[in-house]
Amino acid sequence: MSTTTRPREDVVQTSSSPPRPAGSPPTREGGRLRPATGRAIGVGVVGLWLSLIVLLPLAALTVRSLDEGLAGFWDAVTAPVALAAIGTTLVVSAVVALLNAVMGTLVAWVLVRDEFPGKRWVNALIDLPFALPTIVASIVLLALYGPSSPVGLQLNATRLGLVVALAFVTLPFVVRSVQPVLLELDREVEEAAASLGASNGATFRRVVLPTLAPAVISGTGLAFARAVGEYGSVVLIGGNIPRETQVVSQYIQQQIEIDRPVNAAAVSVALLGISFLTLFLLRLWGSRAQRREERSS
Amino acid sequence: MTTTRRSVLTLRTLALAYVLGLVAVPILVILFRTFEPGLAVFIESIRTPAAIAALNLSVLIVAIVVPLNVVFGVVTAIALARWRLPGKGLIQAVVDLPFAVSPIVVGVSLIMLWGASGWFGGLQSSTGIRVIFGLPGMVIATIFVTLPFVVREVEPVLHEIGTEQEQAAATLGASGWQTFWRITVPAIRWGLTYGVVLTVARALGEFGAVIMVSSGFPGVSQTLTLLVHSRYIDDHNTYGAYAAATLLMGLALGTLLLMTLLDRKRSPR
Repeated sequence: MSTTTRPREDVVQTSSSPPRPAGSPPTREGGRLRPATGRAIGVGVVGLWLSLIVLLPLAALTVRSLDEGLAGFWDAVTAPVALAAIGTTLVVSAVVALLNAVMGTLVAWVLVRDEFPGKRWVNALIDLPFALPTIVASIVLLALYGPSSPVGLQLNATRLGLVVALAFVTLPFVVRSVQPVLLELDREVEEAAASLGASNGATFRRVVLPTLAPAVISGTGLAFARAVGEYGSVVLIGGNIPRETQVVSQYIQQQIEIDRPVNAAAVSVALLGISFLTLFLLRLWGSRAQRREERSS
Repeated sequence: MTTTRRSVLTLRTLALAYVLGLVAVPILVILFRTFEPGLAVFIESIRTPAAIAALNLSVLIVAIVVPLNVVFGVVTAIALARWRLPGKGLIQAVVDLPFAVSPIVVGVSLIMLWGASGWFGGLQSSTGIRVIFGLPGMVIATIFVTLPFVVREVEPVLHEIGTEQEQAAATLGASGWQTFWRITVPAIRWGLTYGVVLTVARALGEFGAVIMVSSGFPGVSQTLTLLVHSRYIDDHNTYGAYAAATLLMGLALGTLLLMTLLDRKRSPR
């Protein structure tokens, strides 16, 4: 690089030339390294890093799951205990997602529209489940709802225990996605609806809910996706009883333990598929809702 | 909405009961259980050799993971924000991928790649480096689950600050490195710090991915989270598990506090 005094083309975003590697922050001083080389190295490093850490393990998992052919994969996923674990996971996650949709919206509503002493503390509590390690969540819930419960509530090794654990770790999703929308919501529209004689229920259904719906659905979907793959928070309170309270992640862990790696890989791929499908549908729905909004405005 | 006093109270009570019953009360119970026998008992419980080794291992993993995530995360963020690349959408998707993968699936995937019978299984027999059931495996698992944080915190800042200052620096004769250190780094420092705090919190708290690739020997390959688990499950030492969990909770609360403070710094508007 002979001239460093010239404006560097690489940072000019307006030029429409095709991908053209040029000088970039990680280039060496003194011009021994051409900018193009620096950028190529950077791209190579990023590609290699992402491949090594993320893509190769997932590729190895997928290939391994097909070690015994498609039939083997199918057998592993449809084994009765595996199917039961998948079923338990889906049912419990769906319940948790619905619980979040209702209670999360309610909590967000109270935190935005209501005033009471100590509200800031309650607001701060909402973030706690994201900050706490999942195994701590497990222990914390066992302390109250476990064998030595001080209130006599024994949820250990029940599906309700799973619901409580997953509700704990997914609490922030809906609350934190609905809260900002509620804050922005124009109260005049609600007042107008009320002054025109709409009942509370009608105002909520026709005015408030349509505005909140995208945020509620996105939070609920994220909570579902998180619940489906959750392990740490259910490992102690869930009981891991096959066909009853064993969730998919526990089943996979068990298959590794009894040295059935192909089964573990196959069910892992199925679980990945469920997570990806959830997030894909969510994104699809989100972009459609956005387009609809753009068209109507 | 016109809400009567009574319905407001009902909604408030329901919401508070839910949040308190789910989060606050269980945490208070565990704090009570931990400190009920006295502070000395608590300190003794978290100063056993196994507990100290677990804390050291957790800190060691954080100390390895954070620099790697900072370097590769910043380069990735710059590549995504500044360079014109083909297939950028694909890179974006790969960066977000770890958020969508169950920790257990992370563990299984790493076993399939690095395990004795995995794709890179030959590494162990030829070099003697044990990835799975060793420190490298736990480090790689932690990098996998924390990979998005730095990128996702730095990239938006890079977009926001634009390229004007960097261009100006270049016009005035600064080399690429000088521009990077004097312009880019100061601009992204709070975003980067926030990403690092998120990484530290997650790295200290990761359980599922790490337990799959750890041999779990007390004092050797147990992190703090594995210690909580093994004390409860293997040792039937409920108090010890409470104490270790309280220690982890303290670390988590510390990071949460730091995050709240940083959040204000990061977005002064």
